[in-house]
Amino acid sequence: MHEINIEKKILMKNDEIASGTRLAFRKMGIFAINMVSSPGSGKTSIIEESVKKLGVKAGGIAVIEGDQETELDKKRIERCGVPAHQITTGRACHLDAEMICSALEWVMDQKNLKLLIIENVGNMVCPAEYDLGEEMMVVILSVAEGDDKPLKYPALFNAADVLIINKIDLTPQTNFDIERAKKNALKINPGLKIFTTSCTTGEGITEWCAFIAGLAAKGTEVKE
Amino acid sequence: MHEISLIKTILETVKKEMTVCGAKKLNSITLRVGTLTAVEPVALRFAFNSSIEKTDMQNAVLEIVESKLKGRCRDCGTGFNMTELDSLCPICGGGDVKRVSGTELDIISIDVD
Repeated sequence: MHEINIEKKILMKNDEIASGTRLAFRKMGIFAINMVSSPGSGKTSIIEESVKKLGVKAGGIAVIEGDQETELDKKRIERCGVPAHQITTGRACHLDAEMICSALEWVMDQKNLKLLIIENVGNMVCPAEYDLGEEMMVVILSVAEGDDKPLKYPALFNAADVLIINKIDLTPQTNFDIERAKKNALKINPGLKIFTTSCTTGEGITEWCAFIAGLAAKGTEVKE
Repeated sequence: MHEISLIKTILETVKKEMTVCGAKKLNSITLRVGTLTAVEPVALRFAFNSSIEKTDMQNAVLEIVESKLKGRCRDCGTGFNMTELDSLCPICGGGDVKRVSGTELDIISIDVD
């Protein structure tokens, strides 16, 4: 019987692939974001509103959709006039670096791409651990959920760079307290940048779009 | 939910290490799991036991070392155990705290024959 010291990250292979993808994106001048949330928080709607607002004038946007099944989200995005690629994960509950890496060829076929939006599988647990090669992770929380959600799913809120509180037009119909949600999220991750949006009224979408357009234009020097 | 895919990745790494060392039998794997990860030790054990069933690794044991959430105050440099996610520095009361542990997901070692 003898012990062999390993000291390796469990997800080392995923992280290596993700680093390679990130480098490839950077070389192509692409700013990639990974959008995560529970199912039904409005990820696809935010992407639709964002590409509508950004797409026409900025151009160079593409979307990768991750779902367990169907191409429904890809079709929704394509209807907005933006190229979309669907990854169906089957039984897997999250996207991983290998799946994004195998979509690289499709990404390279898109001309003059500046912004790549990756919509992860709706899940607040597993995506926290998987680096996809993005520059920025965006977590979405809708007011139809609870304002204590950051405290219940700390790993995801800790991993994210940006929080979007969505469906704020519904706030009067719920007991969701936006300020309390922000406070809870900042407890977990004091560095979070927070936006509040409604895809129904359009509130906050301009601010969010200006933020990502600025990052995409600036290039990919945000994270080390 | 992703514990099975984590175990699959762990076993791939372990098999590779065993081949390199010429080890024949796996006795145990020791992991380091931070308290601020989305990984549940009970689910991890369940996934491990199901994955090694009826294989040549079936008698192996999974050891999990929990890595507690620890912080270091950026103002006064004090290192301390965080009891809550928003712990303040116990010395100066500062809130600018860097997390130094609690997010690890590592394979520490294996024991083989």
